[in-house]
Amino acid sequence: MSEPDRWHRLHPLSPAIPSGRLVLALVVVFLPSFAGGGGGAWDAAGHLAALLVIVGLGFVSWLVTRWRIEGGDLRIETGLVRRSSQRFPLSQVQAIDTVRPGLARLFGLAELRLRMGGSGGAARLAYLPVAQAEELRARLLALSRGAHEDTPEPEDRPLVRVPVRRVAGSLLLSAPVLVLVVYGAILAGVELGGGSAPAVAGLALPILLGDAVAIWRRFNRAYGATVAAAPEGLRFRSGLVETNAETIPEGRVQAVQLVEPILWRPFGWCRVDVDVAGRVRERGDDRGDERELRSVLPVGTRAEAEALLQLLVPGAPAPVRRPPRRARWKSPLRYRRLGFDFDARYAATAAGRLGRVQVWVPLTKVQSLRRVEGPVQRLLRVATVHLDTAGKRVSAALRDVDGTDSLRDLEQLTELARAARRA
Amino acid sequence: MPSDDWMRPSPRLRQARHVEAGAVTILLLAVAGAILALSSVRNGLFAALIAIAAGVLLDVMLQRRVGSWGYLEREDDLLIRRGLLVRRLSVVPYGRMQFIDVTAGPVERSFRLATVRLHTASAASDARIPGLAIEEAARLRDRLAALGEAHAAGL
Repeated sequence: MSEPDRWHRLHPLSPAIPSGRLVLALVVVFLPSFAGGGGGAWDAAGHLAALLVIVGLGFVSWLVTRWRIEGGDLRIETGLVRRSSQRFPLSQVQAIDTVRPGLARLFGLAELRLRMGGSGGAARLAYLPVAQAEELRARLLALSRGAHEDTPEPEDRPLVRVPVRRVAGSLLLSAPVLVLVVYGAILAGVELGGGSAPAVAGLALPILLGDAVAIWRRFNRAYGATVAAAPEGLRFRSGLVETNAETIPEGRVQAVQLVEPILWRPFGWCRVDVDVAGRVRERGDDRGDERELRSVLPVGTRAEAEALLQLLVPGAPAPVRRPPRRARWKSPLRYRRLGFDFDARYAATAAGRLGRVQVWVPLTKVQSLRRVEGPVQRLLRVATVHLDTAGKRVSAALRDVDGTDSLRDLEQLTELARAARRA
Repeated sequence: MPSDDWMRPSPRLRQARHVEAGAVTILLLAVAGAILALSSVRNGLFAALIAIAAGVLLDVMLQRRVGSWGYLEREDDLLIRRGLLVRRLSVVPYGRMQFIDVTAGPVERSFRLATVRLHTASAASDARIPGLAIEEAARLRDRLAALGEAHAAGL
């Protein structure tokens, strides 16, 4: 155990970053009244006051926030009126992210985010100078493994680097771009049919904007994605404007998902997602990036994905067992994709209507098991066995297994999961 | 799985479900009454008939569902089965239980019943047993808590 550290503050420019966006938004809102000059001096003063309040609040929140490492915990104290003191046991860290929004990079700052298991949510330190954030990340990771905190961070070994051209190509063949294309086709049709295309275009503007934002986010998330193996786990980096570096320590993986979208088939591209424990979303926190699963390999070749899977779930079986042919009647589209298998350590499942989605779950991570048999399934004498993990998004299910087999599989999986837990 | 040693909810759950179906029927009848007052007598009676038919149907469904609930305490895990149309069988290992809730709504409370709910780290595991006599609910809660402690495993 280390002696208690002194209290630290976040970087003084921290409040400028989140409120920077807000100020920008306000300027956009207020600009018309400034330009119009109609409101006069009082209006302008009011706007200025609003800006000052926002900046002031950010400053106060910075002033009352402090953090330190105490024994094996990270403590964060914050809040002026409602003081909160949070304690995050480092032994329960599921993953550590370094997030750098565009503005933060301008100032040389970074946010450190510790994802905790259970319902504790995430510990956020926003923002720290980059060098300090890197050093702290290494220290926290060392502490979370129980090593001495001064253990130097070992070099990581780069494994995969996604070329920008592939990112762009994969994006062109994705749903948001497809929406744009369909939309363009509709507009062209309207124009040819004698209608007014601009009027129609105006109607769908919000959708279009949302679509553009989605495309941008995906591009930014996938840009320059790299995977590296470090002794403490796997490191994932990506980002053009907002950069993101994530460390997933070994043994924290709840599920791994390999997605092969149908549009990417001709190029043999696929995506690998890793699910770690933690709540789906903070209450009152509608940050978009928490909503979707983090892709560790946004677009990779089959070989890259295989190599990554070997690291994440070494020696896992392929989902080779097939449901009985009569299951076709229940899942006509999915039937040819369905598959499952399990061994003493992992369960593997395959599904997907258009593309193919394969999921691997370490049996040590199984929280509970469920056998579900719907009315159609009963007629066809098949049933589905679900494996529930503490992950957020990925759900593994052995779909449409033969009825009596499913009971046996449920028993076996229960048995194997128990053995895996004990080991 | 053997069916004879499954434990079942208290027989009072059937009565509680009757009351719930009755409450819904009364609500529907109130709507029918409003129609009767605002529109013709014929429409009102028609609506009342539909309300009663819906109530009876609901009651039959609820009663049949009561019979489908069952739970089995095994050495290392708890089995819960439920549902008629969609049949579900959950296996919750004792070591995976994070906490146990005992709740009772107004209807359940008036029949001295309670619902025991098991929580694991997974949001998907939906394990609850409704309509237990409160003594049985308390016994199950204490036993599960003790077993959970004995089997506890990390994430």
